[in-house]
Amino acid sequence: MRHSGIELLFQGQNFLRLLHGLWVSASIALLAMSLSIVLGTGLGIVMTSKNRVVKFVTRAYLETMRIMPQIVLLFLVFFDLTRYFNVNLDGWSAAVVVFTLWGTAEMGDLVRAAITSIPKHQYSSARALGMTPWQVQRAVILPQAIRRLLPTTINLTNRMIMTTPLVALIGVVEVLKTGQQIIDPNRFAYPDGSLWIYGTVLLLYFAVCFPISRVARLLERRWS
Amino acid sequence: MNWAVIQATLPTFIEATLLTVRVAAFGIVGALIVGILCATITRAKLPVARQLVWVYVEISRNTPLLGQLFFLYYGLPKLGIVVDAEHCAVIGLTFLGGSFMAEALRSGLDAVEPIQWQSAQSLGLSGVQTMRHVILPQATAIAMPALTANVIFLIKETSVVSIIALADLVFVAKEQIGSDYTTAEALFLLVSCYLVILLPVSLGAGWLERRLRHATFGD
Repeated sequence: MRHSGIELLFQGQNFLRLLHGLWVSASIALLAMSLSIVLGTGLGIVMTSKNRVVKFVTRAYLETMRIMPQIVLLFLVFFDLTRYFNVNLDGWSAAVVVFTLWGTAEMGDLVRAAITSIPKHQYSSARALGMTPWQVQRAVILPQAIRRLLPTTINLTNRMIMTTPLVALIGVVEVLKTGQQIIDPNRFAYPDGSLWIYGTVLLLYFAVCFPISRVARLLERRWS
Repeated sequence: MNWAVIQATLPTFIEATLLTVRVAAFGIVGALIVGILCATITRAKLPVARQLVWVYVEISRNTPLLGQLFFLYYGLPKLGIVVDAEHCAVIGLTFLGGSFMAEALRSGLDAVEPIQWQSAQSLGLSGVQTMRHVILPQATAIAMPALTANVIFLIKETSVVSIIALADLVFVAKEQIGSDYTTAEALFLLVSCYLVILLPVSLGAGWLERRLRHATFGD
């Protein structure tokens, strides 16, 4: 018997299953992003250092994370960590580790750019008023840096959410994989199921990412 | 690390590297063409086309490439549109990259102050001349970091095409891990091949940026 694919979408728990898959992706992105913000802020402050060794090491870390496709990093952590360090991570945890490593690097660069984009005289003036370096950072530099940082951080979150489908390749059942699992057993009853299910997955991603990117653009415009 | 295994599988990886480079190259060229087209339409403020470009850019920027590829490769044949895997990958990459290129070009054009245009006009240059000699050189220099970042981003994004059964680097590595359990060797080759592709591009991008900046702004 042949049915239209759209019925497949609403049959039984299928739609809820897709949403659950989306939540798996989102949980990875959210957790990794929160960790990246904390670690990346630290890294970004370190990166403004004038020490050559520090500069070189942080730069090397950033470039490595940037240049390697995320899927390669996922493979390295998922397969090699077990082999050489006997650390057994499941796909979900491996994904969180990789996205945190990558996010920290990207976040560090954003923080560094935000801090260095603040004119030097702000720093000198605050020092001339008798504030300690720590006070200057907290009361003068950081509040301004955060304003410049927020839109770019939201954009990074968006990019991270859009990179999460990769985790399907190391066996995490996220939204695309769930879609595949719904389609495969129904191949004959619902021949055009894949059109509808994958279309819905795209729509779900759009529904999550579009508002986020709007907010980022709005903030960018307001604070520029 | 077993060097014999590496030697034996190297040809497969070289072939996969070539495939990755081929898909990336066509995708990048396609993305640039789409990007230039979209940026021109937005700039010229063409009434309906402009809204269409906006819709395209938002859809392309807010959905993952993997989802787009699944839809193209597994979904569209149900509507009678059948495209083979490699073309699918290039189309997907072009669709994704086009919006990123368009945004980079648009922000480059926007960053050139309107007074530049007005001054050139008052000196008697025609619209095309102003574009060619005044606006475009500056806009290109401003947009170049974003454009090269997009090129690297697109090359990296090709790593997902294995999902539509294209034998790219990730596909080959995954197959070797699955069938021979030579995980270390496969991953070593995977990382090396990507470095061989991306390192020259990344270094070249930095060099090009500095050259262009120097030529345009003299610093």
